[in-house]
Amino acid sequence: MSSTTNTPTHHTSTIGSIGAPSRRNTELALLVFAVVIPVFAYANVGLALNEQVPSGLLSYGLGLGLLAGVAHLVVRKFAPYADPLLLPLATLLNGLGLVAIWRLDQSKLLQRIHQAGTAAPRQLLYTALGIALFIVVLIFLKDHRVLQRYTYISMVGALFLLLLPLVPGLGQNIYGAKIWISVAGFSIQPGEFAKIVLAIFFAGYLMVKRDALALASRRVLGVYLPRGRDLGPIIVVWAISILILVFETDLGTSLLFFGMFVIMLYVATERTSWIFFGLLMSSVGAVGVASIEPHVKMRVQAWLDPMHEYALSQQGVPGHSEQAMQALWAFGSGGTLGTGWGQGHSELIKFAANSDFILATFGEELGLAGLMALLLIYGLIVERGVRTALAARDPFGKLLAIGLSGAFALQVFVVAGGVMGLIPLTGMTMPFLAYGGSSVIANWALIGILLRISDTARRPAPAPATNPDAEMTQVVRPS
Amino acid sequence: MSELTLTVMRLGFLAVLWLFVIVAVQVIRSDLFGTRVTQRSARRDAARPQQDRRQAPPQQRQQPAAGGGRARRNAPTKLVVTEGTLTGTTVALQSQTITLGRAHDSTIVLDDDYASSRHARIYPDRDGQWIVEDLGSTNGTYLDRTRLTTPTPIPLGAPIRIGKTVIELRK
Repeated sequence: MSSTTNTPTHHTSTIGSIGAPSRRNTELALLVFAVVIPVFAYANVGLALNEQVPSGLLSYGLGLGLLAGVAHLVVRKFAPYADPLLLPLATLLNGLGLVAIWRLDQSKLLQRIHQAGTAAPRQLLYTALGIALFIVVLIFLKDHRVLQRYTYISMVGALFLLLLPLVPGLGQNIYGAKIWISVAGFSIQPGEFAKIVLAIFFAGYLMVKRDALALASRRVLGVYLPRGRDLGPIIVVWAISILILVFETDLGTSLLFFGMFVIMLYVATERTSWIFFGLLMSSVGAVGVASIEPHVKMRVQAWLDPMHEYALSQQGVPGHSEQAMQALWAFGSGGTLGTGWGQGHSELIKFAANSDFILATFGEELGLAGLMALLLIYGLIVERGVRTALAARDPFGKLLAIGLSGAFALQVFVVAGGVMGLIPLTGMTMPFLAYGGSSVIANWALIGILLRISDTARRPAPAPATNPDAEMTQVVRPS
Repeated sequence: MSELTLTVMRLGFLAVLWLFVIVAVQVIRSDLFGTRVTQRSARRDAARPQQDRRQAPPQQRQQPAAGGGRARRNAPTKLVVTEGTLTGTTVALQSQTITLGRAHDSTIVLDDDYASSRHARIYPDRDGQWIVEDLGSTNGTYLDRTRLTTPTPIPLGAPIRIGKTVIELRK
């Protein structure tokens, strides 16, 4: 590993590899910080709403701390060289999400509208399940390259998961989007898990095909046109994502899958033309579907003119939603520094206040300053993912890490952009913050896989085996 | 709860949140890894013993790594003449070659009938290990009791005999 400069007379400097330190103690310190911040927020909400420190403070703090501690110990044991930041960042987001959900649980208005008030304990349960899956991933996935063997099984699995909500009797249509299935009383969003499985398929597929995709192309008008047979898979994925959009009316998921594929394709082939094609195809698809599908069309209208939409819904015209405008008002009333925990009125958003629109609560109560910090934390998670991809030595790990962090970034963009009115609103959940079991569990698994890849990437290379020639030369020594 | 307390908590929370972000960024800053350029020091890498052993004569190799390990931790800093006319002379070991012999341009000019003009040289190899090499002398160079035939690493404190002169490397 280490090489030495060899100047003729002196040898003064060495160029050697720095063995990346394991950084587990850094992780522990940050993790303590990441547990203390949500506990502070929790106490703050209680003081603001009820003028007393909430009774559940100790159990909540201990619960979050225990989960984080167990996760940390497992990382220490099974992935000692993994990235020190991913776990604390995810823990902080998850903890803040729990606080915001608990804060919305306290709202009398939301308690009347639907059986809220129980969301926070359930989210804590989902968090525990998520961390359990995280631990399972770290213990049983000793080497991420094992996943490469399941490339095509992953494809079938991902398609199966995506099609599940369309199965009659199993799928549920909630608020106009058919992305849930109901199993034993639990609503599961298979799309969240399909995200990870699909990333495994793309990584395995592109690792094999990337040379053909990168090199066998014709140059027409400055862009590289790939061959038809290489273009095939991107067309298929595009068609699938459009079909999801049409049948499940889920703009976010289809954008996520197609975007993830284009990102991975670009990284695998280094051809800008794929981004060009990707943007072209996704805009054609989105415009096409938006002009046909009424649900999507409504979302686009609500995006273009939220005030008109709000007025229509106040007049009682069915099929219109006041939420988009309310979210914008929430951001506006938060201002720069926010109203403070528990002092906003984001419960007025009513349903989905603690899931799709949870960002509006943060925007109102923490203001621009808090929201920017949250987005930076998301950015840091993505940065660590990309850094892992850069450090990974095997192409499969590189592609998988970039795919997973790209999907994470896209999801944050799609949700935050939707709530803030930058793009049409879609029914996706903010990773870790929003209420929703599938999302929390799937994202913890995603972090687990990223930690596994980063552990492999940052692990110091084993000492090179003794060169057999070195022993041989001893034997033929003249005596 | 007073308005003031809540305001302090509100701003305090934002401050703590940003502090976390800043600390996380600091961790990234200190987390750079890859290659670095270091000034050579006495400390050596763990990869060293294999290369040392390659050049060591058989009796050296039979000694366990403990001897070599001590030498690596305690790199010699000076060469001391312990017997002969120059007894007591020390030469600081920098990274240049030390030549021994009767020739006037040697680093240590041996006034010794049994030494050749250019008798031996002592030099650090690429890894900083000090090596003694006999330069085809008539009466030979001895490390401990063994006559040298190949360039050989010098253990700390091992006597190197040239004629009536004995030198050794010390800390």
